[in-house]
Amino acid sequence: MRLLKLVPDHTNVDFMRWRNLAVVISTLMTIASLAFTAYRGLNMGVDFVGGQMIRVSFVQPIDVEQLRGRVDGLKLGESSIQEFGGPKTYQIRLPKAEGGDAAANVAATRVKTMVTSTYPGARIDSVESVSGKVSEELAENGAMAIIFAMIGIAVYIWFRFEWQFGVGALVTLAHDISMTLGFFAFTRLQVDLNVVAAFLTVVGYSLNDTVVIYDRIRENLRKYRKMAILPLLNLSLNETLARTVVTSLTVLIALAVLMAIGPEVIFGLSLAIFLGVVVGTYSSIYVSTPVLVWLGVTPDSFVKTEAPDPTVAPAR
Amino acid sequence: MLDFPRWKVISIWAIVLIGILFSIPSLLPSSARQHWPSFLPHSTISLGLDLAGGSHLLYEADIQDLNKQRLQTMEDTVTSEMGRGDTRIAISDISTSGGRVSFIVTDPTQVDSAVERMRSVTQGVGLTGTRDWDVGVVDLNRVVLTPTKSGIDQSLKDAMSAARDVVRRRIDPGGTKETTVITEGSDRILVQVPGVENPEELKRLIGQTARLEFKLVDLSSDPAQVQAGHAPAGSQILPMADGNGTIALKRRVIVSGDQLENARQGFDQDGRPVVEIKFNADGARRFGRVTQENVNKPFAIILDDKVLSAPNINEPILGGNAQISGGFTVETANELAISLASGKLPVKLNVIEERTVGPDLGADSIHKGVIASLIGTAGVIIFMLVTYGRFGVYANIALIVNGFLILGIMAVFNATLTLPGIAGFVLTIGAAVDANVLINERIREEHRRGRKIIDAIDTGYHEAMRAIYDANVTHVISAALMAYFGSGPVRGFAVVLLIGVVTSVFTAVFFTRMLVALWLRNKRPKTLPI
Repeated sequence: MRLLKLVPDHTNVDFMRWRNLAVVISTLMTIASLAFTAYRGLNMGVDFVGGQMIRVSFVQPIDVEQLRGRVDGLKLGESSIQEFGGPKTYQIRLPKAEGGDAAANVAATRVKTMVTSTYPGARIDSVESVSGKVSEELAENGAMAIIFAMIGIAVYIWFRFEWQFGVGALVTLAHDISMTLGFFAFTRLQVDLNVVAAFLTVVGYSLNDTVVIYDRIRENLRKYRKMAILPLLNLSLNETLARTVVTSLTVLIALAVLMAIGPEVIFGLSLAIFLGVVVGTYSSIYVSTPVLVWLGVTPDSFVKTEAPDPTVAPAR
Repeated sequence: MLDFPRWKVISIWAIVLIGILFSIPSLLPSSARQHWPSFLPHSTISLGLDLAGGSHLLYEADIQDLNKQRLQTMEDTVTSEMGRGDTRIAISDISTSGGRVSFIVTDPTQVDSAVERMRSVTQGVGLTGTRDWDVGVVDLNRVVLTPTKSGIDQSLKDAMSAARDVVRRRIDPGGTKETTVITEGSDRILVQVPGVENPEELKRLIGQTARLEFKLVDLSSDPAQVQAGHAPAGSQILPMADGNGTIALKRRVIVSGDQLENARQGFDQDGRPVVEIKFNADGARRFGRVTQENVNKPFAIILDDKVLSAPNINEPILGGNAQISGGFTVETANELAISLASGKLPVKLNVIEERTVGPDLGADSIHKGVIASLIGTAGVIIFMLVTYGRFGVYANIALIVNGFLILGIMAVFNATLTLPGIAGFVLTIGAAVDANVLINERIREEHRRGRKIIDAIDTGYHEAMRAIYDANVTHVISAALMAYFGSGPVRGFAVVLLIGVVTSVFTAVFFTRMLVALWLRNKRPKTLPI
């Protein structure tokens, strides 16, 4: 049987040749993502801003405007109605009720009663009601988890490799998270608790690729002590290229299936991870590796010599 | 590489088989599970509420309400302590405003003994002996009792554990359902009930404080004053439950819900739903005495500070049985009966988070999740097969074993599978082969460099190990933080990821290495099919 080789045996792509261009693009994209997120904001779900969300399945497709009119008729504040997964399923979102938790409960109950009485056979799939206090805690916990994960992983890389690699990992993570945030701001996809889980997975996954490449760079730095840094990075990237492509593809295959036919509720989670994998693959080559050049990684970074070797070019 | 001792082979297979054995009960439909031999493991993975359907309710105690109650109780204690014994202490102007209880001792020479009496009843219990209340004197003859921090904390702690028990009795009187009622933090109670048909009913049942009191109606009060909201001394004004005005009542409680023996739903002689209650011996005696002394006067039945009804006492009620009417439906009468029988909530509870999933949506999610997992796995398997041939087959066997091991370990720990957990499962499948990809690519590389077959495989496994180890630690860090900070469904996702990382290292590295070693030993291949 002839085996599939997506990446030929002896590649010699000069990745580092475009590193300056890539850095300009990455920086611009990161700034654009953050600016866009700051300017337009994220479409936060009830998990993080409080309020209520009711998902309803109808027997047949309905007139959304009519439903909207009926919900508005209940005078519960600014509601929003969105299709969810198909023309017969909708999510009705209500703002945080004024007058505390008892009022929130009443609001959700009134919507449910209205829906089941005006649309025979309609099914209330789920109700989520989160108070302002809980939503603040959830948002805080989510942000803390992401920040701690980024720092924790960077510190681990620093211990396992050298400080330059730790910094490289942190820069890569910041890049990947910013891009994912920008994507969510751009598409207005709802950010809920599941998406935070996706962000954390992206943090872990994005570093997966980087670690594999860093490991190879370290190995080559020890092996080819006289090689200049740029060819050495290129060599490492080419040697790991097949693995990078194959692994990313297997994960993307699994995630694509999940997005296409999996439960609608976790579409956002799957999409965020899918995107994170794509961005993470790019950044492991064009963000985490060039950073090492500027931070002056040399073979000396690993071989602790008592007497410095004068033949080795100093870090530039 | 060829040197693979027999004990290693046996232990690896043993782990694999045990893992599969533990995963089977969770995979069997419940009807077939009965035929599963009882000597084999039978713990299963539990389904999260987002898959099984059900309600997740987070309650928070109303601490202000609790503190108010404590002040009122202390006010009653002051009145009874000062009026006790041979030398009564005359007091006036008792108040509970400003979060403390204060009163004036009319005779300045009695101030010291008043303080002494209050100190003796506010002495904290326990080893530390910290006080629940600070007793002090201001303006020469005003005694002030201020609740201490430790007293407030202790009362909250007691109230929360009592409230938890009350909630548990209300939603699951038989103790048979798979409900979760636990306290979280200092002032919260988490309630999880699977398969709820009507969450509104559940919330009404849990949320009702059910503080039942019987008091006499204050007939001496001036109706105009009552309407203006001014109660005579020793009386209070409460609203009627049906919203029809207010009524003045004597403050003293004749009997309360604490003195109930039982409560159940019944019907009165006209066939209207009522709650039938039965007092305990003490309650029956007190109720009998008061009704005897107050024939032809009205008394009020008060539930959570609202007057349900104020019937006339036609004759003394001596048997300890009574009926509560108040425009109930069979349903509401039944709910109230359950609430009363399970005791009153020591503190008011408010819902601060609710997540309810209908059973149909849950079943739909499981169905779609399982199909997606299977097709996703199939996709990965085909991809690995066409990419790595024989070595792909090994990776795929490892992948399938990994799936069983994850389920098996989850079953052993009775872990909860949530909807994001399914995503975690699919993701783990995609990521688990990464170790094999690393190894196989390295073997290809070493072979290209001219190493002999066995040497190339050996070096491949050895060199790939470092990267596999580091990459998995990064996953563990993020998954562990997710498990720590995440709630409910997200934690379920993290748990699957964590287990998946551990099992995938075992299957992708040790298990495939054994398969490869056995193949090399048996076949002695001349070419490397990779």
